[in-house]
Amino acid sequence: MSRMTQLARVGLVAVLGLSLTACSGGGEPGGGASSGASATSTPVTITYSNFISNGGNEANLAAIVSAFETANPGIKVEVKTLPYADYFTALQTDVAGGTTADVFDIEYANYAAYQANGVLAALEGVDTAVYQKNLADAYATGGTQYALPSSFSNVVLFYNKTLFDAAGVGYPTASWTWADEQAAAEKLTDTAKGVWGDYQPISYNEYYKVVAQTGGQFLSADGKSAAFNSPEGIKAAKWLVDKSGQTMPTAAQGAGTADFDSNLFKDGKLAMWHTGIWMFGAYANASFDWDIAVEPGDTTHASAMFSNALAVSANSKNKEAAQKWAVFMSSSQAMVDTRLKAGWELPPIADKAALSSYLTAGKPANRQAVLDSLDAVALAPSLGENQAEMQDAVNGQLTEAAAGRKTVEDAVKAAADKVDALLK
Amino acid sequence: MMSATTTSRGRSRFTWQKAKYALTVLLFLLPSAVPLAYFTIYPMFAALWTSLHKWNLLSPMQWVGLDNYATLLQNPETWRAFGNTVYYIVGYLPLVYVGGLGLAIALNAAIPFRNFLRGMYFLPVVTSWIVVALVWRWLLNPSVGIVNSLLGLVGIDGPGWWTDPTWAMPSIILASAWKDLGFVMIILLAGLQTVPQDLYEAARIDGAGWWARLRYVTLPLLSPTTFFVVVISLINGFQVFDQVYAMTGGGPAGASQVVVQQVYDLTFRYSQAGMASALSWLLFLLVLVVTIVQMVGQRKWVNYA
Repeated sequence: MSRMTQLARVGLVAVLGLSLTACSGGGEPGGGASSGASATSTPVTITYSNFISNGGNEANLAAIVSAFETANPGIKVEVKTLPYADYFTALQTDVAGGTTADVFDIEYANYAAYQANGVLAALEGVDTAVYQKNLADAYATGGTQYALPSSFSNVVLFYNKTLFDAAGVGYPTASWTWADEQAAAEKLTDTAKGVWGDYQPISYNEYYKVVAQTGGQFLSADGKSAAFNSPEGIKAAKWLVDKSGQTMPTAAQGAGTADFDSNLFKDGKLAMWHTGIWMFGAYANASFDWDIAVEPGDTTHASAMFSNALAVSANSKNKEAAQKWAVFMSSSQAMVDTRLKAGWELPPIADKAALSSYLTAGKPANRQAVLDSLDAVALAPSLGENQAEMQDAVNGQLTEAAAGRKTVEDAVKAAADKVDALLK
Repeated sequence: MMSATTTSRGRSRFTWQKAKYALTVLLFLLPSAVPLAYFTIYPMFAALWTSLHKWNLLSPMQWVGLDNYATLLQNPETWRAFGNTVYYIVGYLPLVYVGGLGLAIALNAAIPFRNFLRGMYFLPVVTSWIVVALVWRWLLNPSVGIVNSLLGLVGIDGPGWWTDPTWAMPSIILASAWKDLGFVMIILLAGLQTVPQDLYEAARIDGAGWWARLRYVTLPLLSPTTFFVVVISLINGFQVFDQVYAMTGGGPAGASQVVVQQVYDLTFRYSQAGMASALSWLLFLLVLVVTIVQMVGQRKWVNYA
């Protein structure tokens, strides 16, 4: 059964793909004319496919949509929401089948692949000054904007104040280095009580960042080869791998499985935790006191930043209306207000004063650290279509090293060789 | 009309009947033939066409001839995926056959609650793989799973199961054998009930014990059923996907990466739909060859009495 399903799936995509090429070959002469004529009388309906509202923010998205429809009476937005886990599979199938929504979500990691394949429409005449510069730049290629950032989030150091107090260790500060973190983690780890000092996933998403924190490069300056098979790259891998079993639980103890770290923190058994600001809401009513700090660096600070963006389909028949919605969803006051009020991911806007209500919105107290982390960002390396394969290779080798089946040096070299091969 | 057909009357009536018969057969076949043709056969050949192209799903396909096949055959990851699939089959097949046979023999005897027990053992077969996989992930959870807790009670420090590369495939094999046991049991039960009782009586009179009756009466007469079970299980084994996808996703570090999971990853994660189609065709050819070998080989051991 399963192979048949598999073949059918692959085959179906093939079929859809063939019909797509047939369609685009035929041309659509009516496409350009419709937007001008329809402005007054018949309302235009555009479709918006998203994952960002899935899992609790559907009503918040609906509120932004209705604000948009009130401001633009001629345009209706039809929303389709998918879970993140299925979203990109569905999007690829939609692109192959020619059924892409007018506006759809993408994320930074796969922006380059979609842009290079001509799936995204160029967005003309957008005022990019309203966005944080590094976010707007992340979605521009060759000076042209191909997507608009819709939100951002980053990773900070969460810490359990109650455990710090009990162990008599001073709280983390923005001036902490790896050495401070490690010293504190050793003091805080109490295996008899099942308390761990630290937790940082041993994965690609942490690795490229800690390489930057110790002054190394993940890719060479020209982007054509891996640069992490270096003393810095090895030091970075050791920083992650050596925690395992010392101040951090091992994979055999459950590390790396779903919700393991979040439950450990929730149970008050984890003193420090490297994770994203999207976890704030989950601990608003925690039984212990906690706060956050900018992640410690080794020779320099470098924080991970993730962002989502809105793109307009290159095949959209209503590009003008679609772009209006993309601009509204990424920069309007209604969007900013809704996101801040709901504690949804942060709006990507440049005006930090507009974010002031976020700073006092509740736990954690030191929300300023979220904004301070933006001063030194380690941008994720982009390998276009090979992104997922590269991440899997790095994850796989780090896992091998963490389990002690390979030396860190061998694992880093194997990962670098694989990345080199993908860049050829 | 009448006069025109008189000369070749007998012949024409014969072909007309034949055509009518063929038409009737076709009509009955239609409900399954149309979906089969459209959703299986056509996509299979569409995949063959795709396999000769480089295609990232996003922009039009480019012709590359047999390059995808050449790349796959030189890629160690392909061999690892085939190796893991064979590992799975080698672990799974004996377990599910011996276990299923044991259950079938036990539940063929007149024991209390027989029908209830048959139903219970069949229940996992009709349960969704996603549900079964999630339950087994819980059972085999290294830190809070019930299996390791029980092992701990008797002083055994349980392994990391699906989080440990050495134990990931055994975990999948265990869950799969558990799920499919009932299916094999039902098929073998049906086979057992075709064995004539007088043969057992004759064997008993000849002084054959329990083992001798199993070895010389049951197993030979069960061989057509065994053949069916082995063919079906092998084909299913080569196509193993759902449980791998749901339990480990092929990990950790590729330790449980099987061929169909590799096809999935190539298509939807690595944007190499052409390469993925080529891999599914390699798998298809392998299953075809293995099945033909079995069909030929069965003459030596299958006993259609």
